[in-house]
Amino acid sequence: MSLHKLTLVELQKKFNAGEVTAAEIVRAYSHRISQVEPKVKAFVTHTQESASIQAESLDRKLKGWRKTLPLSGMPLAIKDNICTDGVLTTCSSRMLQNFVPPYDATVIAKLRAQDYVLLGKTNLDEFAMGSSTENSAVGPSRNPWNLQCVPGGSSGGSAAAVAAEECVAALGSDTGGSIRQPAAFCGVVGLKPTYGRVSRYGLVAFASSLDQIGPITRTVADAAFLLGAIAGHDPLDSTSIDRPVPDYRQSLQKRDLKTLRVGVPVEFFTEGINPEVEESVRSAIKELKRLGAEIKEIQLPRTDAAVAVYYVIATAEASSNLARFDGVKFGFRAKETKDLLELYMKTRQEGFGPEVKRRIMLGTYVLSAGYYDAYYGKAQAVRTLICQDFEAAFKEVDLIVTPTAPTPAFKLGEKSEDPLQMYLSDIFTISVNLAGLPAISIPCGFSNAGLPIGLQLIGRAFEEETVLRAAHAYEQSTLWHQKKPPIR
Amino acid sequence: MEITQQDVEKVAQLARLAVTPAEKDTFARQLSQILTHVDTLNRYETTGVEPTATVMGHVNVFRDDVMRPSLSSDNALANAPEREAEGFVVPKILEER
Amino acid sequence: MTYETVIGVEVHAQLRTRSKMFCGCGTTFGLSANSQTCPVCLGLPGSLPVINRMAVEMAVRAGLALNCAITANNQFARKNYFYPDLPKGYQISQYESPICQHGWLEIVGLEGARRVRIRRAHLEEDAGKNIHETGGAGSRVDLNRAGTPLLEIVTEPDMRSADEVVSYLKGLRDILMYLDVCDGNMEEGSFRCEPNLSLRPTGQTEFGTKVELKNINSFKNVKDAIDYEIKRQTKVLNEGGKIHQETRLWNVERGETAVMRSKEEAHDYRYFPDPDLVPLKLEQTWIDGFRSSLPELPAVRMRRFVAMYGLPEYDAGVLTASRGMADYFESCVQQFNHPKTVSNWVMGELTRELNGAETAIEASPVNPERLVGLLQMVDQGTISLKTARDLFPELYRTGKTPEQLVQEKGLTQVSDEGALGKVIDEVLAKSPAQVAQFKEGKQQVLGFLVGQVMKASGGKANPGKVNELLKKQLST
Repeated sequence: MSLHKLTLVELQKKFNAGEVTAAEIVRAYSHRISQVEPKVKAFVTHTQESASIQAESLDRKLKGWRKTLPLSGMPLAIKDNICTDGVLTTCSSRMLQNFVPPYDATVIAKLRAQDYVLLGKTNLDEFAMGSSTENSAVGPSRNPWNLQCVPGGSSGGSAAAVAAEECVAALGSDTGGSIRQPAAFCGVVGLKPTYGRVSRYGLVAFASSLDQIGPITRTVADAAFLLGAIAGHDPLDSTSIDRPVPDYRQSLQKRDLKTLRVGVPVEFFTEGINPEVEESVRSAIKELKRLGAEIKEIQLPRTDAAVAVYYVIATAEASSNLARFDGVKFGFRAKETKDLLELYMKTRQEGFGPEVKRRIMLGTYVLSAGYYDAYYGKAQAVRTLICQDFEAAFKEVDLIVTPTAPTPAFKLGEKSEDPLQMYLSDIFTISVNLAGLPAISIPCGFSNAGLPIGLQLIGRAFEEETVLRAAHAYEQSTLWHQKKPPIR
Repeated sequence: MEITQQDVEKVAQLARLAVTPAEKDTFARQLSQILTHVDTLNRYETTGVEPTATVMGHVNVFRDDVMRPSLSSDNALANAPEREAEGFVVPKILEER
Repeated sequence: MTYETVIGVEVHAQLRTRSKMFCGCGTTFGLSANSQTCPVCLGLPGSLPVINRMAVEMAVRAGLALNCAITANNQFARKNYFYPDLPKGYQISQYESPICQHGWLEIVGLEGARRVRIRRAHLEEDAGKNIHETGGAGSRVDLNRAGTPLLEIVTEPDMRSADEVVSYLKGLRDILMYLDVCDGNMEEGSFRCEPNLSLRPTGQTEFGTKVELKNINSFKNVKDAIDYEIKRQTKVLNEGGKIHQETRLWNVERGETAVMRSKEEAHDYRYFPDPDLVPLKLEQTWIDGFRSSLPELPAVRMRRFVAMYGLPEYDAGVLTASRGMADYFESCVQQFNHPKTVSNWVMGELTRELNGAETAIEASPVNPERLVGLLQMVDQGTISLKTARDLFPELYRTGKTPEQLVQEKGLTQVSDEGALGKVIDEVLAKSPAQVAQFKEGKQQVLGFLVGQVMKASGGKANPGKVNELLKKQLST
């Protein structure tokens, strides 16, 4: 069996047992990447050469002494908005085309401390702004299930790389669905942890109050494994929470879902949802019931406000977060500018792509004098209402189940002309970020055209264990995760 | 909410973003469309509702007043588009803040 | 037409923390450019701020000393604007909830002591520095200072003259230095002041148009710039002109203010709560803890010095202007209970030497024990006052104890009657004319004779004793 077909848990077991060396693993993945990457275009930066060197030195270090750390030798891909010391971190933007961070993001420092192997940095919608990876300065990534389709976004490169078996697992970031939606589109597992569960230090900020780093993997067990490696309090991130990290893999042990109350929000099954998606999700809900869960209908009445709230808050924060890209300290600078003002104006005009500019414009507008209360203040207040909806729902149920996205992956170019339509396609994932909750997307079926469909499970804050347990039980009782994309 | 081209110009200036005439037109149209959707928030009564700025509700996160190593100035300047004599270089600044 | 001057002041005081406001970089002044920076204060993508606890404590202590209410629920906000010395494109500051509000500071005004109201004091991070070199094609940016904690202290427009402003600023600076929250160094920019000033016809209640003054880095500049600006505005108004709301820079060389070049556009800072920082909730008990541990502040201490030590107000004022000097004084008085004598020495000899050597009183080579040792020798008649004065510079320079020095130099004062009697006999023998005059009733001749005896003894004779012995000898 080829090494690239193994899950993270399987590969780790093999490596730990000394049945395979780190160098062999890197060679297997390099070969796989050379075969499929020209079609998938998941990566922005390849680091297979340094990965080989790293793997060989790891093998030497471990020779005759096989006590490894959990992620030793595991070949991962990292979304290119997570800072890697000495390795280009571009956010798929012209603005950062030459940016080499002098420091590691906290999640990277944690992985590095375990001797993980970095295979490369993956493509994204520029600065994580988008739902298709089409807004990338280096061009879109493709969906391994159908190369004419988008892989979703913004962590489309990471999801595509995992689906196409170009890495054993990957990290993405999720601000409004950017881990879960591409995971759904690519038929893999994507977990957005509770806000504050994973350090954001070193994640190039899009919307600070919503961003969260999380794993994209082939199985729920892999997601639990990787989450355990990156979660935890970070003194460098004031918004990370000081709470012990449970053993997430342990939480998968309990297979039946008896006593678990699962809510189905009526608002998520209305117009706009693709019938094939609805059918798959409804079957999945039946499966959860068969596994012992109690299914209840619930209300999240302010769901239809989520997109509007999100696009005010996220763009306001982004307009400020992206002000540092001014051509002075790092990154792109426009040529031949006559004065400082022109340097700013042209650097930002030439360095940012259209979607980023649109969001900076919107965010600047909603914060500007005279509009703050009407837009930003209003959105923050409605955000409170959305949080209250979830609080009320979680008094009745332990888990909420919804589709991850209203449709399967769409064709490249299909939506890029209409930003509002693109924004509205995030409807099922966005409110989770607004409330800071943990949620996972797992495969729950395929469309007639053979495209994956994702099921979203949402938990209470810091109850990743419940989310993972239910997801794992569902996954183990279905075969969706064993289906592989036709790419070779 | 109707966004005019003048609004776009003003906002672009604030955001230090040069825009072409075509972009002005596109942004005015798209921002109008998005903000019209945002206006639907007015259906929700929010009098007396506390705004949510950070979602987890924890407070008082500090660091102790302890020095940590800085980067070398060479490292600090490594990504600078233009540098000289340990400084980032910008076009001559004529106006004060 | 006569005008009333209305002045408010904004002070930016750098807090004396070891590390910056939001990261672990140091806050030392004058290091080579960009050597005191890290991903956080460079504003590198992905970096995040974490609040320095000490900066908050210092702000609270300053606020309490300035009679402010301390805000329980604090939130940091981003102030968004573009400028090369502002690495993130926004400054982390406080907007709606400044940590200190509604305080006051007592100053010596035109008509005696009165209060200047403090509107607010808030925490924020300092910017870096833009270095403009004349002739060069560009400017350079040094971010060493970026992220240093600042307390911005804003008054109400309560001052009416340059002297009042100086009095306020000195009082404020003294307090901050007493609390050890700011080093008060105006030249290095750790205590920066920006007065805003307007005139209005005497008797009018509404304010005139306000002008902000910048580039002021000494108390003298404060006074000169304000006096200049009052004259300028008076002239403009008297000639029927209008004052424009603007910022003017003080030019020391030319002794005038000039309009600062700035962008035409109106500022729109788009303040909003910084989502990278969680709120700061200050418990009342925690605040009260700082209140009870505040040191005695200069104004209170001055009044105590007058009452307790019987010092003139002038002395008490000088001695309490710095905490170091007041502590030094009190340490001396504890060991040698002659407050006025100690005061004279501290304000005179000691201050002269310290100023000459540019040394802080805390680092004085003549510590309180040594000064007291010297004064005790005078008191006990071991040496004369003159000897003590002459000796002081050497005492300061050599770092020896006064006892050592006096002994080494053989300066011990001669009070022994036998030894002195011999010298007196010699002097009287040489001065028969003066002796005769004295006996005729010319008392003032005594002074001459004392001088002769002192001279003959090489200055070592105890003048009091000489006086006494001479009188005795002459009356026989």
